[in-house]
Amino acid sequence: MSTDDQVVVTERKNVLSVQSLKKRIGKRWIVKDVSFDVKEGEVFGFLGPNGAGKTTTIRMLVDLITPTEGRVTICGYEVHKEPERALAYVGSIVENPEVYSYLTGWENLEQFARMMPNVDESRISEVTKLVDLDGRIHDKVKTYSLGMRQRLGIALALLGRPKLLILDEPTNGLDPKGIHELRGFIRKLADEGMAVFVSSHLLSEIQLLCDRVAIISHGKVLAVGTVEELIEGSSSYVIWELEPRSEGEKLLRQAGASIVENAERVLDHATIAAISGNAVVTQMSPDDVTDIVPQLVGRNISVKAIQKISPTLEQLFLEMTDGESIE
Amino acid sequence: MLLLIKNETIKMIRKKRFYVVLLVLLVLVPLFAYAQLRESESKREKFGTDWRREVQQAITDNQNSLGSDRVPEEWKKYRKIYIQQLKYYLEHDVNPAQPGGVSFTREFLNNAASLFIPLLIMGIGSDIVSSERTMGTVKMLLTRPIRRWKVLLSKLITLLMFVSLTVVCTVIICYLISGLFFGYGGFNMPVFTGFQLNGSEVDMSTVHGVPQWKYLLMQTGLIWFVGIVVAILAFMVSVLVRSTAASIVIMMAALIAGSILSNMASAWTSAKYLFMVNLGLTNYLAGTPAPIEGMTLGFSLAVLSIWGACSLVVSFLVFTKQDILN
Repeated sequence: MSTDDQVVVTERKNVLSVQSLKKRIGKRWIVKDVSFDVKEGEVFGFLGPNGAGKTTTIRMLVDLITPTEGRVTICGYEVHKEPERALAYVGSIVENPEVYSYLTGWENLEQFARMMPNVDESRISEVTKLVDLDGRIHDKVKTYSLGMRQRLGIALALLGRPKLLILDEPTNGLDPKGIHELRGFIRKLADEGMAVFVSSHLLSEIQLLCDRVAIISHGKVLAVGTVEELIEGSSSYVIWELEPRSEGEKLLRQAGASIVENAERVLDHATIAAISGNAVVTQMSPDDVTDIVPQLVGRNISVKAIQKISPTLEQLFLEMTDGESIE
Repeated sequence: MLLLIKNETIKMIRKKRFYVVLLVLLVLVPLFAYAQLRESESKREKFGTDWRREVQQAITDNQNSLGSDRVPEEWKKYRKIYIQQLKYYLEHDVNPAQPGGVSFTREFLNNAASLFIPLLIMGIGSDIVSSERTMGTVKMLLTRPIRRWKVLLSKLITLLMFVSLTVVCTVIICYLISGLFFGYGGFNMPVFTGFQLNGSEVDMSTVHGVPQWKYLLMQTGLIWFVGIVVAILAFMVSVLVRSTAASIVIMMAALIAGSILSNMASAWTSAKYLFMVNLGLTNYLAGTPAPIEGMTLGFSLAVLSIWGACSLVVSFLVFTKQDILN
């Protein structure tokens, strides 16, 4: 079974290939150097803080912006030279799914169906059912809720049976239930062989959803790899609550653990909020904990709590960008 | 391409812009017709049924005002020409103001050509591209596997279709409504055209009468041409300006500037190369002097064509190259 899977993985084709993409607007380089590939059947996360150049990059993927340098190739066609071929393989939602609010959902789908080859009425009803919108499809979009508009946007993106689906911040404006559903939906599409490109500034989202990730900051890709690969290289942290604190800290140092002074620079908000102000944050392998605890106890230092922090993408991200603010 | 045009047509109709245009016509035309009716009634009280007395009176009034110092030279020239034209009508025993649906329509078109109809057209043309940008739907539109110039061309063709429809509707609505007031006749009444203006002298050698229906047709053609050019200009502004409100304001300002300039720029002769002062094409038919020396029908047609062609080039260049950043 596992060997079969291996074979499939190696045979996967590149659907999207981005090569040293650069964009200058005025005198500023918004995108400095972005390269990555997205293969069929995978969910690819594009991660970065607001203003890192994510949206500009996405717009270059779908020919809304012309790159200053570099190439975007979709299914073998260069987007900026042959948009009419390349874009036939792409379904996209760039930022919010904006549609004609004075038309009904169905009429919107019809509008865009006329702009694509091989999309007929049966395909329209198919995607309508797929996003579970058949009940309200003949109402004007004006009357839709944000979630329904999102679903209509996805229906529009799927209309042309794309090989590549590009979603820009798809979880914006969705409630937790909606996010959960969307995640399942995206996974299903990928399992059917579609390549899905998802941008987000929410790291936990990406970690749960994506097979591979590119991390972008200040217009540059800092790392590309599977979530596991990326996290592997990142350090583990152990948080100690010791009494008396200063002696405990000294002993930890002697034992070879490095003390982290600016914990908020490397740990995510949830963890920071949970630990007490008296805690000592160390960067060390969790395996060493068992050796250190007896030493502490032997010196009459009481160990109130030990917390192991498994590496997350967010930590990795904070380390790479030196604590750059993310929302 | 046909499918794209179908898309644009659906959007145009569902936005209800065109209905607004029709509504404006349906409200305003009866208003003008009623005003016209009151005027001709008051004239009839004054002069009885003999139109010759009325024309004679108009000639005398205008001649009297020529002697007055308070009347600007510019106006005097207008009036001299007007007097000569009235005399010509009198000599040939044709009533220049025979009331009737067709005459009213002719008169209305004459007055509507340079401001009213361009405004209506602006109403449908100004937001055809900019609204897509304001709403953000341009992103959906341009990420389809279709070249940008095709998208823009479909919009242009749709716009020109609706412009033609607007002009035709104006004529038809005008005729139908004014007919209620003045009767539906007057198609074969002769109208004189071909007055050659030479300073304040009118050269009558080329003047000939055409039946009113033919005259109306000629007018409609010229107004259609004006409409097309205004639509293309509005189209360009719509491509260049992101906000619909701004694009309406820009076009409106240009049109109104045109009507102001026509009234006072006779000394500034290079103003004749501006498109806004060239919109009154129907005035050449009627023999009204052009706002600026040296303007002829051919000249105005050429100026408008050049403006239109340049706008098209700019629209397509910008739209196909532009980065969509918002």
